[in-house]
Amino acid sequence: MAILQTKDQEAVRKEFERLVGPVKFVVFSQELVAGELCRQNEQLMKEVAELSDKITVEVLNPAIDRERAEAYGVQDVPVTVIEGARDYGIRFLGIPAGYEFSNLIDSTIAVSRGEASLTEETKASLAALPAEVEIKVFSTPT
Amino acid sequence: MRLAQHMAIASDKVRAVAIEATEFPELSRAYQVMAVPKIVMNDRVQFEGALPEAQFLEAVVRAASGNGQS
Repeated sequence: MAILQTKDQEAVRKEFERLVGPVKFVVFSQELVAGELCRQNEQLMKEVAELSDKITVEVLNPAIDRERAEAYGVQDVPVTVIEGARDYGIRFLGIPAGYEFSNLIDSTIAVSRGEASLTEETKASLAALPAEVEIKVFSTPT
Repeated sequence: MRLAQHMAIASDKVRAVAIEATEFPELSRAYQVMAVPKIVMNDRVQFEGALPEAQFLEAVVRAASGNGQS
């Protein structure tokens, strides 16, 4: 059974008309660690990817594809990397449902376009950051 | 949160990790997530709730500067 309803598919397909460059969802799954969550996450990512020919999905197992997992800094499952022309450092831990689903769609579009929707002042400040910053955002589907 | 992802696109130095709190209970406990959204930057700067872009940026700059007073 599909996770996305027909009306959601239509809405996302329309949003994806703004995609420019290719996007890859690199999905880390491990049946033995979190089977049901990983299956659902994989299915959701594949359903979203089917809504545009610019999106591809690659499924990896961190226990097998260790070097790739390490390169992406992935230790948990399910994790999805949203990659555009390069890896921008965007990760989703868990299934992006509810509010996070719209965030997934927004991230996919932004990564595809390689464009950050921020003020010029913000971009200038970010360019001058003295060190790396990892931003963790905890949320729930509702 | 949208701002985090867009900042990651704008800067090689920023990574944005969205975490579904109920699916990662140990991580949520470790970071004492009581309300969402909860934002943690470099394990130093943290706050709950959405912030406007300018204040969010201030927190990022603080995290990058190693000043954890939040």
